[in-house]
Order: sequence, then C-alpha cells, then structure tokens
Amino acid sequence: MSAPVLPETVAADEIPAAAVRRTRKISETTWLVLGSAGVLGLAFASLFVGVSDVTLPQLLSGDAEAWELLWISRLPRTLAVLLAGTAVAVAGLIMQLMVRNRFVEPSTVGTVESATLGILVVTVALPAAPMILKMGVASVFALGGTALFLAVLSRLPVRNTLLVPIVGIMLGGVIGSVTTFFAYKYDLLQTLSNWMIGDFSGVLRGRYELLWIVAILTVIGYVAADRFTVAGLGADFTTNLGLNHKAIMRLGLVLVSLISAVVVTTVGAVPFLGLIVPNIVSLLFGDNLRRAVPWTALFGAGFVLVCDVIGRTIRYPYEVPVGMVMSVLGATVFLALLLRTRKSHG
Amino acid sequence: MAKPLAPSTPVSPGDDGDLTPGHSRGVSRPGRRFAPRSFSLKRMSPAVLITLLGVLAVLSIVLFMTIDLRGNLSYALTRRGIRVGAMLVVAVAVGLSTLMFQTVTSNRILTPSIMGFDALYILIQTALVFTLGSSTLLTASPSLKFAVEVGLMVVFSGLLYRWLFTGGNGSLHLMLLVGIVIGTLFRGFSSLLQRLMEPSEYIVLQDLFFASFNQVDPVLLGISAVVVALVAAVAWRLRKSFDVLALGRETAINLGVDHRRIVTLVLVLCSVLVAVSTALVGPVTFFGLLVVSLAYQTVRKFSHAALIPIVCLLGVITLVGGQLVLERVFGFATALSVIIEFAGGLLFLYLLLKGSLK
Repeated sequence: MSAPVLPETVAADEIPAAAVRRTRKISETTWLVLGSAGVLGLAFASLFVGVSDVTLPQLLSGDAEAWELLWISRLPRTLAVLLAGTAVAVAGLIMQLMVRNRFVEPSTVGTVESATLGILVVTVALPAAPMILKMGVASVFALGGTALFLAVLSRLPVRNTLLVPIVGIMLGGVIGSVTTFFAYKYDLLQTLSNWMIGDFSGVLRGRYELLWIVAILTVIGYVAADRFTVAGLGADFTTNLGLNHKAIMRLGLVLVSLISAVVVTTVGAVPFLGLIVPNIVSLLFGDNLRRAVPWTALFGAGFVLVCDVIGRTIRYPYEVPVGMVMSVLGATVFLALLLRTRKSHG
Repeated sequence: MAKPLAPSTPVSPGDDGDLTPGHSRGVSRPGRRFAPRSFSLKRMSPAVLITLLGVLAVLSIVLFMTIDLRGNLSYALTRRGIRVGAMLVVAVAVGLSTLMFQTVTSNRILTPSIMGFDALYILIQTALVFTLGSSTLLTASPSLKFAVEVGLMVVFSGLLYRWLFTGGNGSLHLMLLVGIVIGTLFRGFSSLLQRLMEPSEYIVLQDLFFASFNQVDPVLLGISAVVVALVAAVAWRLRKSFDVLALGRETAINLGVDHRRIVTLVLVLCSVLVAVSTALVGPVTFFGLLVVSLAYQTVRKFSHAALIPIVCLLGVITLVGGQLVLERVFGFATALSVIIEFAGGLLFLYLLLKGSLK
C-alpha cells in the first residue's frame, strides 16, 4: 500500500496522531464486521444444505413442512456449529495463554480424553442419567485431566516448547487407552467412537441447547483474557501486579474444562481447532490479546462451519463427520506450523 | 546419555540408575544393598540371560498351546498354533524394528510406530482399495499384493523419514512432534477415505488390518514369517555396525561407517517389518518401546549381539505370556493391545519426565 499523498497545504506534523489511530481502528472494526457478515452469510447458506429439500422459495411461500425442518433440524445444527466453533477456539487460546505454549489445546493435553472417560463412566454407572449429569461428570473428569497435565508439566526437567505438547498428547493417549479398555469391557466401543469424532448430524432442537452454556463461558473468557496472559508469565510476576495467580489459573482451568466437556457431550471432539485458529490469528494480527479474542471466535466459528459443509457435501447424500474433516485439515495446518518453527530455528 | 542439568524435582539417585544402561548406581545406598542385588539381571552374562529368557519364552508357548486343551485336538492345536505363530512374527518384527530404529536415530524414545510408520501403512492400504477397488486387490495374488504394498511403503517412508532425519538436524523434540502429527494426519486421512468408500469395500478393508491374533490368514502368516526371518538375518549380520552407529552419527562416520547408506537400509528394513506386523494384526503403538526399554534394562553392555536376541525373546514372552495371563487369569479375550498401550504410554511419559530424551 502506498502512503497517502498529503495535500500541499497541510504540513505532515499538523495531522493529529489521534486521527490516524482512529482511522486504523475503524478499518479493523470494519473488517471484523465484514468477517462476521461473511460467517453469518455462510451460516445462512448452510441452512439449505441437506438431504431433504428446504429452499428459500418454499420458505417464502409458507411451506409448513420446510419451516418445520428448518426449526427442528437445520437451524439448531447451524447454531450448534457456531457455538461449538467459537467456544473451542477461545478455549484453545486461553489454554495457550495459561501454559505460554502455542502448541497446546484441550485435545493435545488430555482434557478431551478425560471428558470422554467421564462420559463413559456415567454411561456405565447410570445409563439413564440426564444430559446435564453426564456433562457434570465429564467436566469433573476434564478438570482432573487438565490439572494432571499441569502437574506433570511442572515436573518436566526441561521446559521445552515442543516437549509440552508431546507430553500432553501422550497423556491423552494413556487416558484414552483406559477409556478404550473399559469401553471394550462393557461393549461400548461403538458408542465411544461417536464421542471421539465430532459430528453435528445428530443435532436437533432440544438436543443442543446446553451449548448455550459455552457461549456464556466464552464471554467470561473474553472478559478475563488479559489475566490469563499475566498468569502465564508466572506466579511471582502475577502477584507483583496485585493479582491472585492461583485464582486466575483455577478460573482458566474451569473454563477450558467446562467448554471441552459440554462440547464433547453434545457433539463430540473437534480436534486441533483450538490449536490452529489462535495460531493463525496470531500470524495475521500479532499478539495483541484484545484484538485476538474476537478474531479467534470468528475464525473458529467460520472454520467449523466450512468443515461441516464440506462434510455434508463431499459424499452427498451421506455425511462425513466434521471431526474427520477437521482432523485432516487441522493436522495439516499443525504440521505446517511446526515446520515453520523448524525453518526459523535452523 | 547426558543427564539434564539439575532436575527441578528431587529424584532419589537410586531410582535413577534403573533407566541408565551400563551403570548400577544406587548400589552404594545402604537401603538398597541387599534385595535388588540378587535379582539384578544386569549381573548375568548375556549367554545365561538369553538362555533364561529362551526357557521362559518356550515355557509360555508350551503353556499357551496346552492349557485347557480339549475337544478336537488337531483343530484346537492348529488354531492355537496359528495364533502363536502370529505372535512370534509380530514380537520379532516390532521388537527388532524398534531396536534398529532407535539405534540409527541414536535415542531411546522414538519408535517406528510413534513416528507414524504403521499409520502410513494403513493409509497406503486404504488408498489402494480406494483407487483400485477391493475386487482387484482380492483377486490379485497375495504375494504380489504384499510386494506392491511393502514396496510403496518403503519408498514413501524412505523419502519421508530420510527428509525428516537428515534435513533439519534440528531438535529431537521437533522431529518427535512432527512424527506424531504426521501419524495423526495419516490416520485421519485413512478414516476419511474409508468413510468415502462403498460400505462393502470398507468391510474388505477392515478385515485387512483389524484382524486380531485370532483371525490370521495362514498363507499371509507363512509369507510374513519368511520375510521377518530374512530381515532378522540381515539385522544379525549388521549387529557390529549397529554397535558403532549407537555411538552417534558423528562418531560412527569418524569410525568409517557409511552412515547415510546404513540409515537408508535400516529404514527400508523397518518399513518391511512394520508392514508385516501391521498387515498381520494391526497397529501396536507402544509395544516396541516397552520391549526395547525392558531389554536395555537387562543388558550390561550395548552389544547388539546380545540386544537382538533379548529383544526378540522379551517380545515373545510379553505377547504370548501376557495373552496367557490375560486369558487364563483375568478372563479377558483380546484386550492385550489395550493394556500394552496403557503401560507403554506410561513408560513413555516416564522416560520423558526422567529427561532420558537427549
């Protein structure tokens, strides 16, 4: 972009700096609005993707069947996609701030696996348990798993950026093998694979509403985002700034675990999302946190939406679960991020 | 093996020696002087150790074949014989490939499966069925099919891992993480392709690599046994070079080993072994790590002449003996791989936390 040519009559130093700053700020807000509009447009379009016909003319002409389909299935699904995408991406960001590591997220530190184990335990112990109880137990397990990861992390002899995600993935693997063992024993392997792979095809009205909980959690995360950055810098630093390190860490732990547990119980695991979205946002916009959170939320929602639409159309009329599409795309991007690190190191 | 600078957590020096081959620290600690000493396998000469393990291995095989034998004898014996045969082939293939892989990469934590080798094999299988169709694959002769698959596997893995190991000479952690993610990517891509297939094709494919030890194809088992035996023979001939390679890349080159050539050869051999074991029973991520770590705990010196047989025998004991105990004592059917996964994962974490890596 070339620098704006100043009119001859105005000397450069007469332009107030504040004005310049304001124009920049406005343009970014505009971008954010445009981005949101894009995601909403895509969301609107996704309402019309599916096996049975729902078209705009039908809706306009007041076709009762089409409207019913929209209310019962299409709209809840799209809302679930947006809510889950936003929340998981923001949870990843919070996790990365707390641990001060770009390569962690709930699915690479064992949080998701722990939540899955929790659901399995409830399913075995109380098969008729209501959804909210399942979520509660899953959250408790997710909390335990994440706390375990943090404990292991503090015992690591060398705090290497790349060692942290390796330990997390392996911890998740160990928890996952316990889950598989019990699922195998109780003949629940097939059910288990439903939780492990995120899938929005089962979302109907009445079966996704608990996802609104994560919307509230995401807002709390946004408000507290700065604190997580500070907490990531260490207990002493945080205390010097007059903040309670333990309380912040606890809040972050609870937010991340709750979000993971709620998303896993309602739609299943959405791998790598929380890892790649914050990384891409940071590549594009730098590390200014106040700016990063809304962009992370927006990209998260958009990304899941795109993956879900791909999953719905790639093998029409059958569906490929979003978790599968996500694991291929996500792993590719993760790999690209890692190799970038390699280039900059060597 | 360089220890990290002062570990942040207090680790008792006695525990440390257990994972550090060639040292028996902790002997000086008064509390540990008596009990562990009499049990210490490291004090045995390799020959005695190998004989002991050999006896144990034979014992577990005999027990596995004969316990609770009734009904139609020849039928039962054939079935059990095939299972034992598959376990032997897998034990040797996985153990040996991990040992060689760790030697050429000079570390104690990478294994072919952690680096995504078997995920790659499954991806190649899936891609073949996806592009050619299951009928082509089913009607092709098994040996031709096997040759094509192993060939593809060798080419791909050779290119990929040569690039990974020789390209960046960066950190081991980066390589490990890249390997893990590559494995995840391969698995994700395979399952995506599997979803896109016709259901009937998928069933054929599933049979190809989710065969447990119970449904192994005798012909395939025969071919695999021959292949594994051949590779084992090559590995045995290379045992002295491995001892040199274990000293690290620079030292090995200084001592006159053609490092590049032998690393390529070992990667090829590993691909063959992984292809064989995965084709037979499906992926087992941590089994190799488990067996090779155990082996390192039992030998005093880094001699591959001792390590190779010990790894193979330990593998057999773990698989056959483990299966025996699970089935007869705990009454589980085929959950051994899950238990190995759990134990191996814990061991892996332990190795990471101990700072054995690097």
